[in-house]
Amino acid sequence: MAQSMDMNDAAPLGMLWLDQLEWRGADAPNGAAWQGEGWYGGDYDKAWMRTEGEPYARTSEEARAELFWDHALTRWWNLEVGGRQDFGAGPARSWAALGVRGLAPQGIGVEATVYAGAASRAAARLKIEYELLFTQRLALQPEMEMNVYGRADPARAIGAGVADLEVGLRLRYELRREFAPYAGVVWARHYGASGNDLGAAAAGSNNFSLAVGLRVWF
Amino acid sequence: MQPVASVAGMSRRLFVQGVGGSALALAAGKRGALGADAPLPAVLRGTRFELEIGSLPVNFTGRPRLATAVNGQVPAPLLRFREGDPISVRVRNRLAVRTSIHWHGLLVPANMDGVPGLSFDGIDAGATFTYEFRAQQSGTYWYHSHARFQEQTGLYGAIIIEPAGGERQAVERDYVVLLSDWTDEDPEHIYATLKRDSEYFNFAQRTVGDFFADARARGWREAFAQRRMWGQARMDPTDLVDVSGYTYTYLMNGVTPAGNWSGEFQRGERVKLRFINGSSMSFFDVRIPGLAMTVVAADGQDVAAVSVEEFRIGAGEVYDVIVQPPAEQAYTIFAQSMDGSGFARGTLAPRAGMQAPIPAMDPRPQLSIADMGMGDDMASMPAMARARPPDAGNPGVDMRVSTPDDALDDPGVGLRDNGRRVLTYADLHTLGGPLDARAPRREIELHLTGHMQRFMWSFDGRKFSEAPPLEFLHGERLRIVLVNDSMMTHPIHLHGMWSEIESAAGVFQVRKHTVIVRPAQKLSYRVSAMAAGRWAFHCHLLYHMEAGMFREVTVTAANAMAAAARS
Repeated sequence: MAQSMDMNDAAPLGMLWLDQLEWRGADAPNGAAWQGEGWYGGDYDKAWMRTEGEPYARTSEEARAELFWDHALTRWWNLEVGGRQDFGAGPARSWAALGVRGLAPQGIGVEATVYAGAASRAAARLKIEYELLFTQRLALQPEMEMNVYGRADPARAIGAGVADLEVGLRLRYELRREFAPYAGVVWARHYGASGNDLGAAAAGSNNFSLAVGLRVWF
Repeated sequence: MQPVASVAGMSRRLFVQGVGGSALALAAGKRGALGADAPLPAVLRGTRFELEIGSLPVNFTGRPRLATAVNGQVPAPLLRFREGDPISVRVRNRLAVRTSIHWHGLLVPANMDGVPGLSFDGIDAGATFTYEFRAQQSGTYWYHSHARFQEQTGLYGAIIIEPAGGERQAVERDYVVLLSDWTDEDPEHIYATLKRDSEYFNFAQRTVGDFFADARARGWREAFAQRRMWGQARMDPTDLVDVSGYTYTYLMNGVTPAGNWSGEFQRGERVKLRFINGSSMSFFDVRIPGLAMTVVAADGQDVAAVSVEEFRIGAGEVYDVIVQPPAEQAYTIFAQSMDGSGFARGTLAPRAGMQAPIPAMDPRPQLSIADMGMGDDMASMPAMARARPPDAGNPGVDMRVSTPDDALDDPGVGLRDNGRRVLTYADLHTLGGPLDARAPRREIELHLTGHMQRFMWSFDGRKFSEAPPLEFLHGERLRIVLVNDSMMTHPIHLHGMWSEIESAAGVFQVRKHTVIVRPAQKLSYRVSAMAAGRWAFHCHLLYHMEAGMFREVTVTAANAMAAAARS
């Protein structure tokens, strides 16, 4: 008779979420950038996909895709175990990934991941975001992302230590919850193999860019 | 009162849906077209009934949709039984999916209770099932589908069981007022949306402006302390309901606010109104400006008459009230959603077509720190918020209440000190006392738990699929203690057996089938496990139930239980 129970509190669901789909302009490297996630699964365990790409130093782009097993670990924190693939400038790199995703006190969203790659490469990524409502539809989203590498990867123009740091401030208007155009500013620094500030070298001293984009999910 | 807005003067959609914050009155005689043409439910009487469940094209909001109907009607026909009669209801399923009917509040044999998977296998597409039971009680009840989200899409109707000795109160008029919440969206999509973004339907969240307003009103220190406390808990004080007037059109007897369901009366007549909350996710705060309401029954059971100006009714609850309009004028029956995001509305009037001003909705309420069960003392907040909760490791539980409140005389968030006389459970006294004079021999404590952001709901941190059945011993008298460890108000419904609520001092108060437990409340009731079988026990907020806030209760003979333990 259990099969005829219409309730299914463990039924898997899915979501595709493009947090940023934007065009960046002004003095810094410009072009399209994106940051998105997707998941499929139940309350405790999900397949979790994360991808991002951005206009990078010089002329090429950096892009990555990650795939995790996402497990609800505690009240506010999920464990993520999986892998990451880097595309874009230079040779592709593959990494094993281990991280946490969750909500810190005061409603601060945190994603923290460490990576291990071939040839004893190690890396880490930290992303922090927050949300301030001005009205029920107008929201300001400050965000910070940082990537750190254990050693330099000259073929990809990545230095050891903090390789890039990006701070964004985006103001969106939710026409619907799922569909929100936004405008914002992004401050980004990319540090090259020699420790030079490639972003600044490539595009002058100004690391600010304006971003116009869409946040969509379904 | 001067009309301040007419139907034509405001967004039609807003009015049709009963959403709008300011005081408004209607140009007399103007009657909304939508909903007005909806036929009122048929009344079926007798002992043998034929019901056919199928799809029905409806249009409540200007957009055509398909509803789930009984005999081509939403709400389903009103069924009238007589106490003591053997009842047979033949239900034919014309839907493409399984269906069921559950007789909410009726004591029926376990295999007639209509919960697919527990009582029976459900009624498959194209199949017929005949329910047979004796109407062994009297009063106002209702019936609805217990299959997936069919209750949300229209499968609900009223039941009146006339007492064997005739009605206790002599009244000249007798109306059912069945409240519900209609959405144009597919409920499966709403459920998925809540899992993706649990605050999707909340358009009353705290803004930067609210913070500055707080600081001006109460000082920076207090404003910061409050924000810090809520931030520490990672909770939102505006999270009162999960699905709001953003998608819901609130209906009264299947009629939109613009359609204005009306009941007629002659001045001086006694009018009985049988309020049933047949909604899926809504609590209604009901009042009739200008009229005192005398509550005479709760969940079908007669209570000592108590006069109030307002009452809150949770999904699944039933209140019979009597009013006696003293003047030859129209009166608005106003049923505002608890979160202030919309209302259902109808009219009592001497003649059809009359209407009265629609009152302003109350300010949207917010939860307080006391609602979090941390006491009223602000100074102790940070320490309590810091203390590591006992089950921080359970990802499905976002809070535990440290100091639950067992008062029954608290009308709940948004109704405290609103200047009106508001009903509480402390006011309710079932006539004749408890059905069973025995003292409870044992006690089962259950915590109402959940995680707002993950949209997970459970008892004791375990979803339905993760928990074994609760075992009651056939014939035993036991006490159920519910502690609400969540920020939401939950209407808890036990099938097959009465819930006899007691005061904090253990004194019998009122017999109910659906019991509202407000945030951080501790409430207890006695149950006599006289009905063997498998029963449902759940939160009557449909999406909470589907998310796991459901338990099976088995009532088993002692020797059968012992045998099961040995095997």
